[in-house]
Amino acid sequence: MPKPASSGKAGPQPANPEQLILDGRIVANEWRLLPQTDEETEITAESLAPGKVILPYSLWQPLRSALAPRKAEIGVWLDSDETADLIGKNAGKLPLIAVHFPAFADGRGFTTARLLRERYGYQGELRAVGAFMRDQLTYLRRCGFNAFAYEGEQPLSGLLESLNDFSESYQAAVDQPQSLFRRRGLV
Amino acid sequence: MYRYDERDHTIIQERVAQFRSQTERYLAGELSEEQFLPLRLQNGLYIQRLAPMLRIAVPYGLLNSAQLRRLARISRDFDKGYAHFTTRQNLQFNWPQLEDIPDILAELAEVEMHAVQTSGNCIRNTTSDPFAGVARDEIADPRPYCELIRQWSTFHPEFAFLPRKFKIAVSGSEADRAAIRVHDIGVQIVRRGDEIGFQVLVGGGQGRTPVIAEQIRDFLPEEDLLSYLEAIVRVYNQLGRRDNKYKARIKILVKALGAEEFGRRVEREWEQIKDGADKLTDDALAWAKSFFTAPEYKTFDGAVSDAALQAQADDDKAFSRWLERNSFPHRVPGYRAITLSTKPTGVPPGDVTDRQLEAIADLADEYSFGEVRVTHEQNVVLADVPQDRLLELWQAARKHGFATPNIGTLTDMICCPGGDYCSLANAKSIPVAEAIQRRFDDLDYLYDLGDLDLNISGCMNACGHHHVGHIGILGVDKKGEEFYQVQLGGSSSENASLAKVLGPSFSRAEVTEVIGKILDIYLEQRRPEEPFIDTYNRIGVQPFKEKVYAKAS
Ligand code: SF4
Repeated sequence: MPKPASSGKAGPQPANPEQLILDGRIVANEWRLLPQTDEETEITAESLAPGKVILPYSLWQPLRSALAPRKAEIGVWLDSDETADLIGKNAGKLPLIAVHFPAFADGRGFTTARLLRERYGYQGELRAVGAFMRDQLTYLRRCGFNAFAYEGEQPLSGLLESLNDFSESYQAAVDQPQSLFRRRGLV
Repeated sequence: MYRYDERDHTIIQERVAQFRSQTERYLAGELSEEQFLPLRLQNGLYIQRLAPMLRIAVPYGLLNSAQLRRLARISRDFDKGYAHFTTRQNLQFNWPQLEDIPDILAELAEVEMHAVQTSGNCIRNTTSDPFAGVARDEIADPRPYCELIRQWSTFHPEFAFLPRKFKIAVSGSEADRAAIRVHDIGVQIVRRGDEIGFQVLVGGGQGRTPVIAEQIRDFLPEEDLLSYLEAIVRVYNQLGRRDNKYKARIKILVKALGAEEFGRRVEREWEQIKDGADKLTDDALAWAKSFFTAPEYKTFDGAVSDAALQAQADDDKAFSRWLERNSFPHRVPGYRAITLSTKPTGVPPGDVTDRQLEAIADLADEYSFGEVRVTHEQNVVLADVPQDRLLELWQAARKHGFATPNIGTLTDMICCPGGDYCSLANAKSIPVAEAIQRRFDDLDYLYDLGDLDLNISGCMNACGHHHVGHIGILGVDKKGEEFYQVQLGGSSSENASLAKVLGPSFSRAEVTEVIGKILDIYLEQRRPEEPFIDTYNRIGVQPFKEKVYAKAS
């Protein structure tokens, strides 16, 4: 039977490249990533294959308690219109949170990341997924991302350079808890 | 003014290196047009109709003479020997080569300048009152706060990809000379008892949907300035529309939620960050203020100095006219602030040659402690001139073409680059400005008209601020032809208002005649001493309409 016009999300979905940058090194991607699905497709805690997997928030949310015993291998990804407070204090129980950039110009994920780290105390892997670009890496890192599943064409080795385009910064952020105005060696 | 320490230098030099790499990758084909676009925009680089255009940041309009000389040199070495002051107190080069931009940025970095965030969907250069620090009606000097905002917003990692561009203006005085009510955020310095704080307005703007900003805070303590701005921009970054660029400015969000609800959300966010890293310490505030202390003024007897100046003015009508229009009262006895006009007839408003930039630098060194301010009317202010040297300064300014005594009058127009330079234009704006200047060049007539803001934009993006001109002219496209809509009654002052469209648009040839008729009505109907905008507010648009659209009899 042909599917009815999808009521679910039609936006771009993150790819899940085989390699990524994690804590400044190029490593193999150990996680599967499930795209958002429309409501027809049924995934349950039982049908979810074993192994490390990143679930879209909309899927994770209802399955959360059922998946609790497997929590070390269940990560969540937030789309750009899903805010950090949806996960909120539950962040601490997750081994991985990914934040999706459907387009590089969609900057909502920067706020999401900062809030996960600064407001909800998230310490685990925070992974940028989607269409972000090399020249955003410094900003992404400063907002708390430590993993970058880059989908673009440039070699990852080249990207490493752009993680630290700036050695100094004016504002406080996740990488630097003090604003520069407090660090200028004031009397 | 603010001076860089080694940290500021490091940041700006790293920016130059970053942009050099980006430009090289683009030229090598590694970066697509689409990917390079936001990168070059965040460095002020547009690709215009004729050539790239590079917009240089002039933080809150402040420049020193060394910077002016460097800008002059850059315009000679990399451009066609002139530059353009913008309506956001910045400076543009209209003809640089893309390959040269990294070198230009390196030259700028040497004099503590850059092009950071002068375009793109990020927090832009903060603007302020060109008479900051010298105006008599000043509550507190806005510049230290502007500098703190500049630093906070420069390469802010969270806010580099906002839904749309974001502009902040700060006013420190009772009269609003910074047009804060047509900015995304308007910050008004206020005093409560002994305490300095801020009134915060949001959601103002021009462009296609002009809106006057609404207040969301009547008093914000001084120390909370940056955390509150952070809360506003964070709420906007999360909730601002991204599906339609014409609905993406914060004003649309504020309208959609209502200012009250928007304000509540900001307060909720702010509650959680107000005691965090952005809270301004006493040391930080004192440090920021230390860059904007009074220069070493000489002591004059105000009355004696005023009388001597009056005597000089009585002797020379031309000098006296210039004084009347181009000088501004100063809080220190024996001093005045002087506006150098960039708008003699026949020169595109805001355009200056390399030699003129150098001449401004010389005048600044000679008469005003080596500093100038760019105004949003695209002129240049020497803020601290002793009155006993005004005659001398006037003569020097005349030599260089800056002494047109038209500040605040009809011919001191705000005018965007329009169809001569800008690829978005519907119509040319500079020739219209010139035609109006030529038609109304009689000084007695201009002075009789008094204060009159005439603003011209070449399209509805409103870079020429036509919505807030007492008379606004907007270039429109009518079946492929350039037409002009005339609007009346706008103001960017503390009594901000948006202009109303007069009626059907006019051909370029008709515009000056129409302006003439509008002025006739004003002259007929005004009460003694009543400025144009007040007459308009009293009598409304109807009499103007009748006259302009009257059938020829
Ligand atoms: S108002 Fe329009 S024509 Fe004028 S500079 Fe702005 S975009 Fe260009």
